[in-house]
Amino acid sequence: MVRVKLDGLSKYFGEVKAVDNLNLSIKDGEFVAFLGPSGCGKTTTLLMIAGIYRPTKGRIYFDDMDITNIAPKDRNVGMVFQSYALYPHMKVYDNIAFPLKLKKLPKNEIDRKVKQVAKLMQIDHLLDRYPRQLSGGQQQRVALARALVKDAYVLLMDEPLSNLDAKLRILMRAELKKLQKELEVTTIYVTHDQVEAMSMADRIAVMNEGRLQQYSTPDELYDKPANIFVAGFIGSPPMNLIDATFREDSGGYLVDAGSFKLRLEPGMGEVVKNNLTGQEIIFGARPENMEIVEAAEDNTIEGTVYVLEPLGRDLIVNVKVNDYMIKALTKPGVNLNPGDKVWLKVDLDKIHIFDKKTGKAVI
Amino acid sequence: MGRSQEIYIRAPRFGNINRILGKAVLYGVVTAMTLPIIIMYLWLFMQSVSEKVLIGFIPSGFTADGWRFLWGPVKFGEVLLPPIWPITLNSLIIALGVTGIEVSIALMAGYALSRLRVPFRDSFLILIIILHAFPGITLLIAIFYLLNVMGLINTLLSVIIAKAALEIPMATWLIKGFFDAVPWDVEASALVDGCSRLQAWYKVILPLVKPGVAAVAIFAFLAGWNEFIYALTFIFDPNLYPLSIHIIGLIGEFRYVDYTLLAATALFYSIPPLVFFVITQKAFMKVPLVGMKGA
Ligand SMILES: Nc1ncnc2c1ncn2[C@@H]1O[C@H](COP(=O)(O)OP(=O)(O)OP(=O)(O)O)[C@@H](O)[C@H]1O
Ligand SMILES: [Mg+2]
Repeated sequence: MVRVKLDGLSKYFGEVKAVDNLNLSIKDGEFVAFLGPSGCGKTTTLLMIAGIYRPTKGRIYFDDMDITNIAPKDRNVGMVFQSYALYPHMKVYDNIAFPLKLKKLPKNEIDRKVKQVAKLMQIDHLLDRYPRQLSGGQQQRVALARALVKDAYVLLMDEPLSNLDAKLRILMRAELKKLQKELEVTTIYVTHDQVEAMSMADRIAVMNEGRLQQYSTPDELYDKPANIFVAGFIGSPPMNLIDATFREDSGGYLVDAGSFKLRLEPGMGEVVKNNLTGQEIIFGARPENMEIVEAAEDNTIEGTVYVLEPLGRDLIVNVKVNDYMIKALTKPGVNLNPGDKVWLKVDLDKIHIFDKKTGKAVI
Repeated sequence: MGRSQEIYIRAPRFGNINRILGKAVLYGVVTAMTLPIIIMYLWLFMQSVSEKVLIGFIPSGFTADGWRFLWGPVKFGEVLLPPIWPITLNSLIIALGVTGIEVSIALMAGYALSRLRVPFRDSFLILIIILHAFPGITLLIAIFYLLNVMGLINTLLSVIIAKAALEIPMATWLIKGFFDAVPWDVEASALVDGCSRLQAWYKVILPLVKPGVAAVAIFAFLAGWNEFIYALTFIFDPNLYPLSIHIIGLIGEFRYVDYTLLAATALFYSIPPLVFFVITQKAFMKVPLVGMKGA
């Protein structure tokens, strides 16, 4: 419905910088997920967009209109609160109808809309109940229905599926995504479930400690994490991150982690050398890019199998290398036992190197 | 088979006995605690309808004489007492006036103290409690002076204003607690859904603090209804006296006391607060604060 632009948005609570200089543009009809650990400022950002919190600094635009100082009721946003925030004294029906009544819609239209959205959220049999008579998951769906019913310009959802069981959550994810595309409503979706973010969003904004870490498509986030935080946060099992140094060695380039050395392609080595501020690096490789081989080869890491974590479709092998652990992903059925000596062959095209000092990715 | 069935049947019976025993103990304790009050009211009632009561509260010689004040003026010794109904109306005006002013101001002030950023809020709240520790009687002369300046002496309004003013701080304090219990998110949600701040207040928050309103209203009504010393000080015209002063008149005027009349009047005096309590209770109590995660 509208484009959303956050321009240098900040919110300080005394000393705490809940949100710090957030710059973000969201296209009309785009589905953006805010992803980040607890306390990183996701809810605070949503509340600023909704108009509940006044930003300490910065502006908020809907299309080209500066709405920073506009009252919440005039912003026409729909919001699902993290705490649901249903009206305890109203029945489910009246909870959902409340925003429509305030818009002074005709009664029969309200009735039609409420029943339609209730059906969609599978709560049409609960319309006569009070919130206290509902389970957490049911309350959450009432909150969703209330936000969806009002044809908002922007939909803000704060962990709207957190309380549903696994099956219903997967179903609802698909429903919400489909609905969002149908309604073409600009949506911001807060979650700390990366699978949810990756599977639903057009773009993901990863936040940490009030700051935006990276804002890109799910694929890019996974393949090209911009810094160490994103690299460690996205992906499960997480990327292996190992302290190392980078140096030139007899005409080539070497990543030296002490217990193993990896020789880089000259082209890649050049890029690293040109972007690095020092010699200290963090070397990163995703578990699925580590192949387990049974004999030493060029560019392999030697270790012993420590523990196996079968996941059904995959098998995570924890390999102890010196005093740290490297996770490798393989298919089940390999004949490995704890204590076995193995070598990890790294797919050198898919490795990541971060500048330890700045935390930023250099390739 | 037979055995297990027996156990099956017996188990709940023990449960029942335990439950009944528990209830019996509970009711026993509550009865013992309220018994003195019940006996006093019983005595009051018996006294009001009999010429003479025996051993405490057994009536003898039924008479409606005590209640004669309801349908006509009462001659009490040499004095003709003023008719009861205008007096009752005076009391009602004072009680409802205090209730109206106190509830509406406390509601607004309580909301402000709970929700808005008021400077020195905490000190202010402590000050309210401290001030409440001083008996209102110490302000009698000062209040008299003020009311006199305002030209309100010898009006019902003087009692209403003085009483409400002294009760408002505590009522505000009380109702602030109820506002505090309403989660921020619910209010924020109302704002996002399209309410103005005022609409959110009366459409969403007010219904949730109904029990607080009830509590404050009951206290205010009782305070107004029972008010004696201000009425005695600020009002000179016997036609403006409330019931509380009227009753004192029944005791104080003469060497002998008409107990039957006194009992009936006292009983009559205690009816309106009861009615008010029942109405308020029905209308306001029991508002659940659920529909919130973790509540
Ligand atoms: N009203 C407030 N007063 C003071 N500090 C606050 C307030 N609201 C939030 N904070 C702080 O701001 C930071 C960000 O909080 P926020 O609620 O936005 O986190 P979040 O990303 O939504 O976390 P979660 O995933 O746990 O919901 C936290 O450190 C929090 O303690
Ligand atoms: Mg949050």
